[in-house]
Amino acid sequence: MDSILSILIFFPALAGFLGFVVDKNSAKVYGISVAAIELILSLVLWGKFDLNNAGMQFVEKIDIIPQFGISYNVGVDGISLFIIIMAALITLLGIILLRDDTKNMKNMIVSLLFLEMTMVGVFLTLDAVMFYLFWELSLVPMLYIIGAWGGPDRVYAAVKFFLYTFAGSLIMLVGLLATAYLYHEATGDWSFSILDWYTLELTETQQFWLFLSFFAGFAIKVPMFPFHTWLPWAHGQAPTIGSVILAAVLLKMGTYGFVRFSLPILPDASVTFTPFIMALSIIMVIYTAMVAFAQKDMKQVIAYSSVSHMGVIMLGVFAMNAEGLGGSVFLMLSHGIVSGALFMLVGVIYERRGTKLMSEFGGLAASMPVYATIFGVMLMASVGLPLTIGFVGEFLVLLGFYHVSTLGTILAGTTIIIGAVYMLVLYKRSFFGPMTNEKNRDLEDLDKRELTALIPLVMIVVWLGVYPKPVLEPIDNSVKLLLSQMEKKAISTETKEAIVISKKEAK
Amino acid sequence: MLEPVNISLEALNLSTLMPMLIAIGGGLVILLIDLLKDNLDKSLYVMLTILILLVDLGSTMGITYGVTQKGFFELLLMDGIAILSQIMVLVASMLFIPLSLTSKRFHEYSYPEFFALFLFMVAGFQFMVSSDNLILIFVGLETASLSLYTLIALHNRSNSFEAAVKYFTMGALAAGFFTMGAAVLYGISGSLELGQIATAISERMSESGMMALLLGGAGLLLAAFAFKLSLFPFHTWAPDVYEGASAALAGYMSVVPKIAAFVVSMRIFEMFIELQVHWVQTMIIVLSVITMTIANLMALVQEDVKRMLAYSSISHAGFVMVAIALATDKSNTGVFLYYALFMFTNLGAFTMLWVSRHKNRVHHARFDHPYEKFAGMIKIMPMGAVIMALFMLSLAGVPPFSVFWGKIYLMSATVDAGYLWLAVVMGLNSAIAAYYYLKLVVYMFLREPSSDINQKTVYYNVSRPLLTILGFAVIVTIGSIFMVNPLIEYISSMVQASNFGI
Repeated sequence: MDSILSILIFFPALAGFLGFVVDKNSAKVYGISVAAIELILSLVLWGKFDLNNAGMQFVEKIDIIPQFGISYNVGVDGISLFIIIMAALITLLGIILLRDDTKNMKNMIVSLLFLEMTMVGVFLTLDAVMFYLFWELSLVPMLYIIGAWGGPDRVYAAVKFFLYTFAGSLIMLVGLLATAYLYHEATGDWSFSILDWYTLELTETQQFWLFLSFFAGFAIKVPMFPFHTWLPWAHGQAPTIGSVILAAVLLKMGTYGFVRFSLPILPDASVTFTPFIMALSIIMVIYTAMVAFAQKDMKQVIAYSSVSHMGVIMLGVFAMNAEGLGGSVFLMLSHGIVSGALFMLVGVIYERRGTKLMSEFGGLAASMPVYATIFGVMLMASVGLPLTIGFVGEFLVLLGFYHVSTLGTILAGTTIIIGAVYMLVLYKRSFFGPMTNEKNRDLEDLDKRELTALIPLVMIVVWLGVYPKPVLEPIDNSVKLLLSQMEKKAISTETKEAIVISKKEAK
Repeated sequence: MLEPVNISLEALNLSTLMPMLIAIGGGLVILLIDLLKDNLDKSLYVMLTILILLVDLGSTMGITYGVTQKGFFELLLMDGIAILSQIMVLVASMLFIPLSLTSKRFHEYSYPEFFALFLFMVAGFQFMVSSDNLILIFVGLETASLSLYTLIALHNRSNSFEAAVKYFTMGALAAGFFTMGAAVLYGISGSLELGQIATAISERMSESGMMALLLGGAGLLLAAFAFKLSLFPFHTWAPDVYEGASAALAGYMSVVPKIAAFVVSMRIFEMFIELQVHWVQTMIIVLSVITMTIANLMALVQEDVKRMLAYSSISHAGFVMVAIALATDKSNTGVFLYYALFMFTNLGAFTMLWVSRHKNRVHHARFDHPYEKFAGMIKIMPMGAVIMALFMLSLAGVPPFSVFWGKIYLMSATVDAGYLWLAVVMGLNSAIAAYYYLKLVVYMFLREPSSDINQKTVYYNVSRPLLTILGFAVIVTIGSIFMVNPLIEYISSMVQASNFGI
């Protein structure tokens, strides 16, 4: 199974093609089977993964356009491994959660399988053009999912989502081409391989401009403040499955891009830009948390809180030390699981009542106790309660960030408080108190389908909250390798000082 | 008494003339057949045309690679880019001519003259690309253009006549510019051959008043080619002409005449750029930036898909024109790569319009292909909708479909030449363009079909040859990732062989 990564990427695509033939009444079962096989494959990958090897594993390389240095080049390390597993898991659970009476089920399943290919592809590829290819291709199925199954303004939201990301990534493409050119100038070879680029020496001015062009692509995807305006639209109009995958996986492409491209290729510029990114992230964290507080719609609360937490991830990425970076990679996973689960939960109540407005609810805990419990657990995880998955990442990020800026840490820490406020208010308004609306009295509690989708997430939230070591260790190894590469490559001494690989070294 | 002129047959090097002779001879054969027997079916003529083009292609490929050959009193120049562009013209022609095998009868295809004119036009383009003599370029250009005007007018409709007349008037103006520009260059150098013109100019570069003369010469020529390439501000004819011409011919016009015009622009303007006449370069960059932007903005507000595609092809031409300004081997390779890939996608998109063409306007009082016609196509004919969406995404530059590779290669050439801002402009323009391509995708996938549209009305004009052509276009659009490497390898070897660029 040396080519397990290629199988992981192309199995869903192949299954998607074959899916056109499957009868529409059996499409959901087909989708579940394919997604389950994909998840098992990704778990097999974890099993075969060498935990002591921090570098790229299972590397495959096939030249596609040698004249231009483009090759099909994949590999996995501790940073991407768990994001892949998370993406496969979320896709599977998302498909399970689809209602049997979803219209055009077959088209939905096929789009989801293609989307899964692009997601896995983005995180596994080591070639910049292939990365760009999967990155752009992921927009197409998502455009269709939002546009075909979304709310009343779905077409506007879908097109906005597409164009926003497309525009940003074209600027990124110019940056990628410029990097390839500089590599060509330095070595005489054309190469788009990221691993080759890691060895490329760039002057500070070059790094400055390249960083900006990468930033255009990644920041829109994250989405960083002030480029976040497409996201509330997309979440507001997307169907449940769309929001789940968007929040859980697609947003991670942006932060992953920063980790995989900006930091190691442009270490000096990354350090130079740290204050700028920090400021944006802190604004984003606090501002969106406050906006979340002001929302009346449950889904919008969760959408904004998800943006707010993405800000924390950004802070961790630019903390430039093992705790912060490792923590933010872990937070990407936990954010994926928790916000995915929260969007699923909102979808559940929306299906029953046809509304997401908090004012319509109240006293749900009485009619739907199991639902209220799971919602509670996820909410606590989102807020970052100790012993849940959310705590581990957030704590590490703040710890790492503390080395960089005390004030920033305190400001960012307030989000935990604001987060707790708006989340608990949401919970209070919807689940506790008197049952003011009679429609809520006879709501059915979670059925088997919904429980199958949600219980695994609850288990992961608790398991990784209590015992994160099996996941944290490989992440930590790869993150340290990445930081040491950065330090080696950095040209200015200030950068070298800013990068802290482990605490012992710092002292 | 006059001296007898001795010309050896070897000096004539007739093999260089062979490809054009085949096309012209083929056209005459078709006319002859018509003379001998009436009422033959169009399928005969289509197949004959394809065979003639095939023989033509064979003889073009037969010309020795890599060695620049001159022939026919030094008028013909068979270098790498001449052969390359002839191959592209011929392949495109072979792909477009079967589009006349529609299931519905269209007036123009019942005349064998249509096919004869088509072959004369191809010969004209072949002459145009394979010469460095301004006279022969002009003769080729006019042969091809006059045939093309007639082909457009043969589509028997009032707005086809309008289109043909409009195109003819504009073309006549361009021809005027061309001759005046050529005259100025002749005045400077005493020659019409580009090589000698270049030598003469570089010798007289320091003379006072030279720049004014060059401004006249190069400026007039640039205006002439801006007409042919539909660059701003000479682009206004394009949408009307595309709208009036049949979809098949409009698709053809968006590719083949442009390839030919780009080759000549390469020969003429890159000469000036090589001679360090900097304002030519600046002017071309400015023109191409304005062209892409204006055309993109205009395309946004179109109500008719064919007009949208017309503006889109203007914008694509502007995009490629950047390469002429850069004048490097890589950018020249990019021009051919771009059009080799764009050809198939655009062929597919226009064929989809052609498939759905009615004799009368059934969907809209003014337009043949309003967006509404495609509303909800995914429900009526899912395969057709997916294919059309594929072409649209490819034109928008979504990887891994064909046009993306052309775009990335040209942008890379731009970055290499140090014009980072230009590459960013090109990128942003692609993002604007994505909107109007996406608009059609949105109509097809996310809107409800209007009640009177069914499979019959959309697939009105379909026939097996048309589906075959669509199949070709789809295969190349999807599989282009595997074709890019051999294409780049072949094209760049040909471009380097012709010793072009700085």
